[in-house]
Amino acid sequence: MKENLYKYILGIADNSLILGQRLGELCGHGPSLEIDIACTNISLDLFGQSRSYYQYAAKLKGNETTEDDVALLRTEREYVNLLLVEQPNRNFAHTMARQFLFDVYHILLLQELEKSHDLTLAAIAKKSIKEVSYHLRFSSDWVKRLGNGTDVSHDKMQNAIDALWTYTDELFHQTDADKAMIAEGVGVDITKFKDSYEQKVAEILTEATLKVPENKWFQKGGKQGIHTEHLGYLLSDLQYMQRTYPNMEW
Amino acid sequence: MTTTEQQIDKVLIPILEQVSDPEIPVLSIMEMGVVRSAIIENNIVKVEITPTYSGCPAMDVIGDDIQKALLDAGYQSKIDLILAPAWTTDWITPKGRKALEEYGIAAPLDPIADKEALLDEKRIVKCTNCGSQNTKLVSQFGSTACKALFKCDDCQEPFDYFKCLK
Repeated sequence: MKENLYKYILGIADNSLILGQRLGELCGHGPSLEIDIACTNISLDLFGQSRSYYQYAAKLKGNETTEDDVALLRTEREYVNLLLVEQPNRNFAHTMARQFLFDVYHILLLQELEKSHDLTLAAIAKKSIKEVSYHLRFSSDWVKRLGNGTDVSHDKMQNAIDALWTYTDELFHQTDADKAMIAEGVGVDITKFKDSYEQKVAEILTEATLKVPENKWFQKGGKQGIHTEHLGYLLSDLQYMQRTYPNMEW
Repeated sequence: MTTTEQQIDKVLIPILEQVSDPEIPVLSIMEMGVVRSAIIENNIVKVEITPTYSGCPAMDVIGDDIQKALLDAGYQSKIDLILAPAWTTDWITPKGRKALEEYGIAAPLDPIADKEALLDEKRIVKCTNCGSQNTKLVSQFGSTACKALFKCDDCQEPFDYFKCLK
């Protein structure tokens, strides 16, 4: 099996799956009907994208591995998603700040992945990019709306950005699988667009009258499978059906 | 294969036209442009379909419905889901656009107008009920991944708008 490619795919797919699950938690619990629908729509896009990646990963693994095995039957430390995406929906500002900080990154990543020598990954990226541009519109609109809103909404959004900032450096950490895949022209060199990321984020935050956080102490570990406490709880929900009724299918 | 051309065997067209989009029953999958190829090889029909949105739950149902329609017409079939080239709303046929409008879903505008309607809240989407353009965006996301929700300020009816995807 192409071990590095498999790991590389999971590195991208797990972000979509875990963030999709977080947004899905808002189904029936959104602050208003429209937002509820928007969050679950975005969740559905992310699940759809992760499904394409997992189908590819399952094929690489062979031995009749299915997409469900890869998506749902790993242990906590085998998930390699970013710490950012597993953070809980503390309040709506947190949900939108998390989404915004990820969407800016996601688009930059997909724009590069679209040029990958791996045709499957390039096709998934090309498909996803159209959807993710809607996500970014939605999340950056809300960052601006809350930032420019009342004192209360402004403070809530600032607090959310401040709290999540510590997870943003990890977005640009490279794993060994990343490096191996870049060398083959398959993977994306994420370090290359760190500046564009910071610039874009700063631009929107400024427009939202929010401050770009100055703290320079950053959390890491998600890409190595060392997660915050929140992931375990999320997985127990996500994996419930497959663990309780092994091999169940829709 | 990354051709934007559809390759569909003529004898299969009437069969495939009977299969409708489960979310939008007035629209056949041919009018949606999701069937990218359908060819007969050794008595087996090979069909390639492409999703509108990645997470579109209708795709599995569409695959099953195609197999059933082909079986009723005496064909065994194999369905493949392909991602490239990515689906675009340009592939909805003129007949399909008309069917959407009649069903109460405003057809997608061109990308620039679409952006103005969804982002700048310009009143340009025509109400499917009364035809007025005095309409406003209620939600960028609607009842399915492909739609946004609008409301007409003249006849007061809410309606869906099929978002431009290009």
